[in-house]
Amino acid sequence: MNYLTQAIQWITDPANAAGANGVWARMAEHFLYTVVAVAVAALVAVPLGYLVGHTRRGRGVVVVTSGAARALPTLGVLTLAGLVLGIGLAAPMLALVLLAFPSILAGAYAGVEAIDPVTVDSARGLGLSGWQVLTRVEIPLGLPLLIGGIRSAFLQVVATATLAAYVGAGGLGRFLFLGLKTQDYPQMLAASLLVVALAVAFDIAFESVEWLVRRVVPSGRREASA
Amino acid sequence: MVTTVKRLLLALVALGTLAACSSTAPLGSTPMASAPTGTTTPATTLVIGSQAYYSNEIIAELYAQALEAKGLTVSRQYQIGQRETYLPDLAAGKIDVMPEYSGNLLQYYDKSTTATSPADVTAALAAVLPSGLRPLTAAAATDQDSYNVTADFAQQYGLSSLADLTKAPGPIKVAANSEFEKRPYGPQGLKKFYGVEVTVVPVEDSGGPLTVKALKDGTVQAADIYSADPSIGANKFVTLSDPKNMILPQNVVPIVSSKVDASAAAIIESVNAKLDTASLVALNQRSVTEQATSAVIAKAWLTEAGLLG
Repeated sequence: MNYLTQAIQWITDPANAAGANGVWARMAEHFLYTVVAVAVAALVAVPLGYLVGHTRRGRGVVVVTSGAARALPTLGVLTLAGLVLGIGLAAPMLALVLLAFPSILAGAYAGVEAIDPVTVDSARGLGLSGWQVLTRVEIPLGLPLLIGGIRSAFLQVVATATLAAYVGAGGLGRFLFLGLKTQDYPQMLAASLLVVALAVAFDIAFESVEWLVRRVVPSGRREASA
Repeated sequence: MVTTVKRLLLALVALGTLAACSSTAPLGSTPMASAPTGTTTPATTLVIGSQAYYSNEIIAELYAQALEAKGLTVSRQYQIGQRETYLPDLAAGKIDVMPEYSGNLLQYYDKSTTATSPADVTAALAAVLPSGLRPLTAAAATDQDSYNVTADFAQQYGLSSLADLTKAPGPIKVAANSEFEKRPYGPQGLKKFYGVEVTVVPVEDSGGPLTVKALKDGTVQAADIYSADPSIGANKFVTLSDPKNMILPQNVVPIVSSKVDASAAAIIESVNAKLDTASLVALNQRSVTEQATSAVIAKAWLTEAGLLG
């Protein structure tokens, strides 16, 4: 309990707030790294997931490789990448993109795959082209699962982005490592609380988006029976 | 009915298996639990610990084999993380011998210490250790923070000591663990003792491959690498000397419990008497380049030093 009050004091202490190594700057870095990593991962994973979901080809390969990618220890990836790319942002970014990739990919193809085949067939029966089936039926109906995948990617990345500080790239991990190495546990706890706060903020944002999507996008089943 | 009997049999088998499991230690050894607590058998077993740091394990193994050669029984409990993890066990008498580093250990117990010379640090250490623990005579070997630059950089600006850093164009970036920023021998110390301004680029692998890479790449101009790290020699880095004793000395010092009697202490100290920094670098070198185990490395060195006879 004592640590907790000290941690909150640490966060609210104006001396820790400002400057290049202040809470706000580190929080902004952390937020930015998370968004960029997930965005870059999504840029590749979403089209690939749609391709797999739409054509139903290569699913086995994708499932196995993305499953294996999930098991990669991020610190290991970061160290290996760092040995090639040097210190700085490049290595942790690569590691975070790899971390975000499987969830988003799974969300994209599972979203398409989960649609009732009858819905897709009737869309084809109406004379829609493959592209039209994808853009008008599969993508909209698969949206909730895709967003779920992106949401879990965000949560993983926001927690793991603390590793950026391992190679001097800043973020909230800076306080975490410094606290750990100097036995300044209130500072460590403060950093953890800030990461948790970011994660909760992301999650609330996604919850709202999902709620909106659920209202706008009808479920595949209802579409099928309509 | 038949299925009930079958199930019953199955349950019995399962129970039997569980019982068998619980009677053997899941991790091969349970040193914490089996460590003697007060009541000791005539042939005392000394528990030797080490940090989760390969070089520290080699030193622990040196002590272990030297003690065994003189007929003592030891139990090895290596790779126990950092000070926060093992110091409570040491204080509780669950570990009897622990190779330590004088300066950092002193600073762990006394953050405001002003001791800087090797002798002062070791003396101060005895006063801050929890009761029941004592330091033995420290080895000449040190494994301490050191500022390193590339040979090219050193030659270009004629650098050999920390004071020379003023000759290099700033701002000088130093790759080091993040805590380096708060240490007395970090940027504040450098400014105070040598009038040099540096900024720290935190790389958290304790002078490991990422730090070495950053220095080689020129991302940073200097790097904090432990002085016994073979990578300094392997990369022809130049360690800047510290004429004003700014950097806390880290002599290898065994911390022992009261179970280590005078004769056991003498054996450990006989190892320390021969352990200088060059030996430590050579020991580490074998671990890094040959991937040899601590047991093999320690045996070879002790044999050569005539400590196993």
